[in-house]
Amino acid sequence: MAAAGLRAMVGVKRVIDYAVKVRVKPDNSGVVTDGVKHSMNPFCEIAVEEAVRLKEKKLVSEIIAVSCGPQQCQETIRTALAMGADRGVHVEIPAKEYESLTPFQVSKILAALAKKENVNLLLLGKQAIDDDCNQTGQMTAAFLDWPQGTFASEVSLDGDWLKVEREVDGGLETVRLKLPAVVTADLRLNEPRYATLPNIMKAKKKKMEMVKPSDLGVDLTPRVKTLSVEDPPQRKAGVKVETVEDLVAKLKEIGRI
Amino acid sequence: MNALRGFLRAQRLGRRAVSLLHRFQSTLVIAEHANETLTPITLNTITAAKRLGGEVSCLVAGTNCEKVAQELSKVPGVSKVLFAQHDAYKGLLAEELTPLILEIQKQFSCTHICAGASAFGKNLLPRVAAKLDVAPISDIIEIKSPDTFVRTIYAGNALCTVKCDEKIKVLSVRGTSFEAAPASGGNAAIEKISAPAPVGQSEWIEQKLTKSDRPELTSAKVVVSGGRGLKSGDNFKLLYDLADQLHAAVGASRAAVDAGFVPNDMQVGQTGKIVAPELYIAVGISGAIQHLAGMKDSKTIVAINKDPEAPIFQVADYGIVADLFKVVPELTATLKK
Repeated sequence: MAAAGLRAMVGVKRVIDYAVKVRVKPDNSGVVTDGVKHSMNPFCEIAVEEAVRLKEKKLVSEIIAVSCGPQQCQETIRTALAMGADRGVHVEIPAKEYESLTPFQVSKILAALAKKENVNLLLLGKQAIDDDCNQTGQMTAAFLDWPQGTFASEVSLDGDWLKVEREVDGGLETVRLKLPAVVTADLRLNEPRYATLPNIMKAKKKKMEMVKPSDLGVDLTPRVKTLSVEDPPQRKAGVKVETVEDLVAKLKEIGRI
Repeated sequence: MNALRGFLRAQRLGRRAVSLLHRFQSTLVIAEHANETLTPITLNTITAAKRLGGEVSCLVAGTNCEKVAQELSKVPGVSKVLFAQHDAYKGLLAEELTPLILEIQKQFSCTHICAGASAFGKNLLPRVAAKLDVAPISDIIEIKSPDTFVRTIYAGNALCTVKCDEKIKVLSVRGTSFEAAPASGGNAAIEKISAPAPVGQSEWIEQKLTKSDRPELTSAKVVVSGGRGLKSGDNFKLLYDLADQLHAAVGASRAAVDAGFVPNDMQVGQTGKIVAPELYIAVGISGAIQHLAGMKDSKTIVAINKDPEAPIFQVADYGIVADLFKVVPELTATLKK
């Protein structure tokens, strides 16, 4: 496999913006999403940036950006195109069905698309900041039977192998993966670029294909049922202390030190 | 009289049905270890596994991990330790461990497979679940019944109760939400499992671990964390001195990590480590949503910050509005006395 021939696919998810304080719906069925600012999941931005950098280094020949979900996902794909992806694929899932969609179905969709598009590198974020699952990359790798480089903080090509430095609990570790492979991006992988206005304009002309999960042979039947979504317990208001002596005394009183 | 007898019989039958269910329920815990030593989160995971009811087995796979298998056989509540040793398990790669777990699953037909929600567990379990064609559940904080679990979403800002109807439940467990199982008193049999042929599509090369004499961050009783307010990596020494007095681990906010003050593995938050110590001291940390996600279950939170409007004060039990460069050395000195 010639290095220059790497075909990359990047998965991007539209989520509630990371700076928004979410509100739980009064009927406990989920969180309020209507009228709330959404943007591309921060880890997906990092995955897109990495794909674009690999293309700039001429290691990747084409970048396909994919998103699964309702109509509004097309904005997220446009953002990826404005950052440098070549074309988009929108896997259309009606809002109602999207509510019960989990990484299980998304992984099946991504695996089917990776095969269909004949890609040999799949880049994803390590987790979405809404469901906090941290599953999709690993599951897609399993469905494809490809190796996985999760929580990547550095990616380099080494012939037909990919060298991935991973963020693990005690520090860092390096693994080598035989291509084709799946990589999930950690925060430290890179600093995503801002899309410039000319690039945003150019992105509007890039091709976006619409597909349905059924075209890919993927069944969306929910596997896990959400029974309720609730507010976490609130912490009791604390007190301000004036001096260090006060602080130490208070902590001693309650037996913390 | 007859009615009473009928009632008692029904109750007895009911109880038998429950115990039958428990007998058919069995959980496999994937042990995390660094060859010679067991990773503490495994003990928290065993507690969660015991709460599922039914039999608990542990899998220890590695290149040189007999000691860990011995250790686990002494944990009360563990009925069996499955032990697989092979050079292919170097670095505990998910590509190599998954076929082994599938093989074990074929033999023992467990109803639940779980591991701690650490970098190891998060990397491995979804791959196993996909191969079993089931949807996994991440980072559970509570078990309501063998098929109903609670987990957090949106950086800990909502609690989600989910019901999983999969034939095999694959779960990662938040270590701080379950107590550690005792390390002695048990007597489980150790059973050798032969390793399937190596897959060979990945290779572990090296690791660079952050060396420290301090307690491990996720299991420390006291954590002292620093943020952007520390201004430099050198200034973190103030926190290390304070931590030494408290036998505490030292953590950091993302801002401190991004600024290069400390390494990434010290990050506490939604995308870093989740901690829930008895005492958490946040120094020069504003308290962004993403940071709070990693520490707001701490028993007592102390904030040291010169900005009275900092969101950290909304979750702090004790707050002091002052310059950390004055307060921290003073606190260290007071504790020395």
